[in-house]
Amino acid sequence: MQHPQPAPSAAYDEMVDGRGAVRPHYRAFAQWQAQEPEDAMAARQIEADLSFRRVGITFSVAGDEAGTERLIPFDLIPRIIPADEWRRLEAGLKQRVRALNLFLHDIYHGHEIVRAGVVPAEQVFLNAQYRPEMQDVDVAEGIYCHIAGVDIVRAGAGEFYVLEDNLRVPSGVSYMLENRKMSMRLMPEVFERVRVKPVAHYPDLLLDNLREVAPRSIDDPTVVVLTPGMYNSAYFEHAFLAQQMGVELVEGQDLFVEQNTVYMRTTRGPRRVDVIYRRVDDDFLDPLAFRADSALGVPGLLSVYRAGRVTLANAIGTGIADDKSTYQYVPDMIRFYLQEEPILSNVPTWRCSRPDELSHVLANMHELVVKEVHGAGGYGMLVGPASTRAQVDAFKERVRSQPANYIAQPTLALSTIPTYVRSGVAPRHVDLRPYVLCGKDIRTVPGGLCRVALVEGSLVVNSSQGGGTKDTWVLGD
Amino acid sequence: MLSRTADNLFWMCRYIERAENTARMLDVNLQMSLLPQDAQAREGLWRAVLHISELQHGYDARYPAVTPLDVLHHMVREPTNQSSIYACLRAARENARAVRGSLTTEVWETCNTTWLELQKHLQTNLPERNPGEFFEWVKFRAHLARGVTVGTMLEDEALYFLRLGMHLERADNTARLLDVKFHEADGDTATRASEFYRWAALLSSVSGLEVYRKVYRDVITPDRVAELLILRPDMPRSLLASVQALTGDLARVSNQRSAETERRAGMLHAELRYGRVEDILRGGLHRYLERFLDRINDLGNRISQDFLVPLAA
Repeated sequence: MQHPQPAPSAAYDEMVDGRGAVRPHYRAFAQWQAQEPEDAMAARQIEADLSFRRVGITFSVAGDEAGTERLIPFDLIPRIIPADEWRRLEAGLKQRVRALNLFLHDIYHGHEIVRAGVVPAEQVFLNAQYRPEMQDVDVAEGIYCHIAGVDIVRAGAGEFYVLEDNLRVPSGVSYMLENRKMSMRLMPEVFERVRVKPVAHYPDLLLDNLREVAPRSIDDPTVVVLTPGMYNSAYFEHAFLAQQMGVELVEGQDLFVEQNTVYMRTTRGPRRVDVIYRRVDDDFLDPLAFRADSALGVPGLLSVYRAGRVTLANAIGTGIADDKSTYQYVPDMIRFYLQEEPILSNVPTWRCSRPDELSHVLANMHELVVKEVHGAGGYGMLVGPASTRAQVDAFKERVRSQPANYIAQPTLALSTIPTYVRSGVAPRHVDLRPYVLCGKDIRTVPGGLCRVALVEGSLVVNSSQGGGTKDTWVLGD
Repeated sequence: MLSRTADNLFWMCRYIERAENTARMLDVNLQMSLLPQDAQAREGLWRAVLHISELQHGYDARYPAVTPLDVLHHMVREPTNQSSIYACLRAARENARAVRGSLTTEVWETCNTTWLELQKHLQTNLPERNPGEFFEWVKFRAHLARGVTVGTMLEDEALYFLRLGMHLERADNTARLLDVKFHEADGDTATRASEFYRWAALLSSVSGLEVYRKVYRDVITPDRVAELLILRPDMPRSLLASVQALTGDLARVSNQRSAETERRAGMLHAELRYGRVEDILRGGLHRYLERFLDRINDLGNRISQDFLVPLAA
């Protein structure tokens, strides 16, 4: 077994400090790893791949006509988070999601934050993600974002930054759960030495959470998971969560609206549905209200929803709060609604819609990360330092023609973790997506999805761009 | 249970059953074609296989002549032939994937592994190199699928719809197999020895040769073969056994609309239960089986309408 190599000086390494010594919270793991023969680790890696394929934990690649199912590579070396670090992260996540929910309630009701001048009116009302249909609609418990997946990165000397708040239909939680099962199966001895907090109760928390936000009059609510269908890239996760919660996995065609109630078609006739954990985007939910060509939705769903007779999780219109141009206002939202200082920092962000910031971005693009405001999945973005001059120039043209569509951030030296690669073990950049659940209470499970960019030096961790995953271990006290 | 889920479960099992029956039929045919016989008789054997599965049209459009290799190719790996083993196992897996939340992990993994292994077998040309081994593999994957279903699934609606699909398909397949072999026998003046092989082959294709020996302890005669495969309640692939299981599961999933379907299934069951092989043969086996296939087809359509794809809300 090779000794862990010191990280390149540019990035903070989660496992190894600047002098090449293993950090305390990784020590037990590193000791175990050092005494394992190399071929035993290789055999584990092969077993992990085979097992993921047999179980069918695959994702379909968007735009790939052949419908190829790909595996997301799983790396054996976990991301380990010490207890005190997690406590701080957790407090910051809860604070952030609480403020975002208050913001959503506010902008769909009295617009206090706009009136106070904290967020400009055009930022809200001219945003394509603002849903006028939701104005003055009261959602159950005032909760808009029931499930959030907040992307966290670590940079510089080890400070945490929030990169993105995913408040629409964040995915990846099934990998958090399956990765844990996999590491417990492949490395049971390590779990005897390292006290790792469990995450397997997530589906139970989720079900509780969804039942809590049912329309008020209902005692024993029926919960379903709504999927776009088996060709969706996250279908495995939709089926997995439905099964783990013991609820039906439905498609739009299985639901219908009658007398202001949503029903599903069953072998015993229609059955009322109260809470829909939907993994279908707003635009496709109801062809009568949004995109008329959507075959994924349920005609009439919006009117039942607006009448408070069914709960959608997440609510319609949450995209306004996780939009990349709204992102920069989140610290101010926390101060405005909670009168607290933000625990987690934002990455400094330049908005290309502002002429002075645009000229800065154009002048420095080779050093910046430029993203589409509404983009996701690592598509439509440019990592300046990793791009050729021609690519940068081409991207400048795109930004110039539609500046309001882009924001830019400094290229963060994302932290690294040693990772199995072809040449042995080498540091690779990672991020972390913990999941936050909001019902009557706000909850997290100690862990998350850790994505790793497998290409040397790459900062793009998205699975659609060839990223892999690691299990995330939060240590007990 | 969601109607769409029930539909996927129903078809998942039908396709597995169909793949298995196709493998059984091809396997037996391959063995039959090893017997000494003239070229015409040999071609007749392979034509019969296409006839049973109603595939002559599709086949003739693609191939100039009936050769064992082409028939095998068409029925094993042709993706555009909806009844090929490849297409059936793909459809079974697609249906399973659509409802994997309603299946136990083991059932899903069995189905998924079958699909992954099939691709490997096709890539390494197992069906061409060693067809016997390949057909055996298909049969055992189907056995495994059934075993893991019975062994791990909760006995509830999901299992009832799985079994409905299985028994409906099995009744259909056994009837077709019988029909073709008897049809063949009508046409030619076979020797006693070739008669024996014909019926022995038919029996082996439904794993019935040992059963026949045990039940009748006598030489193989066509009327007893017909009796065994139509009327014996204890023969797992007989028409009666399949329809009996079908009727039982229909009663278990019964809903407000399904009374007429249950009545028709019950009538069919009663006729088989109290029928006599002499009467069936007197009226003509071919006519009898044609009618039977129509009724099975009707039951399949009615099950769809009542439970699986309800037209109205």
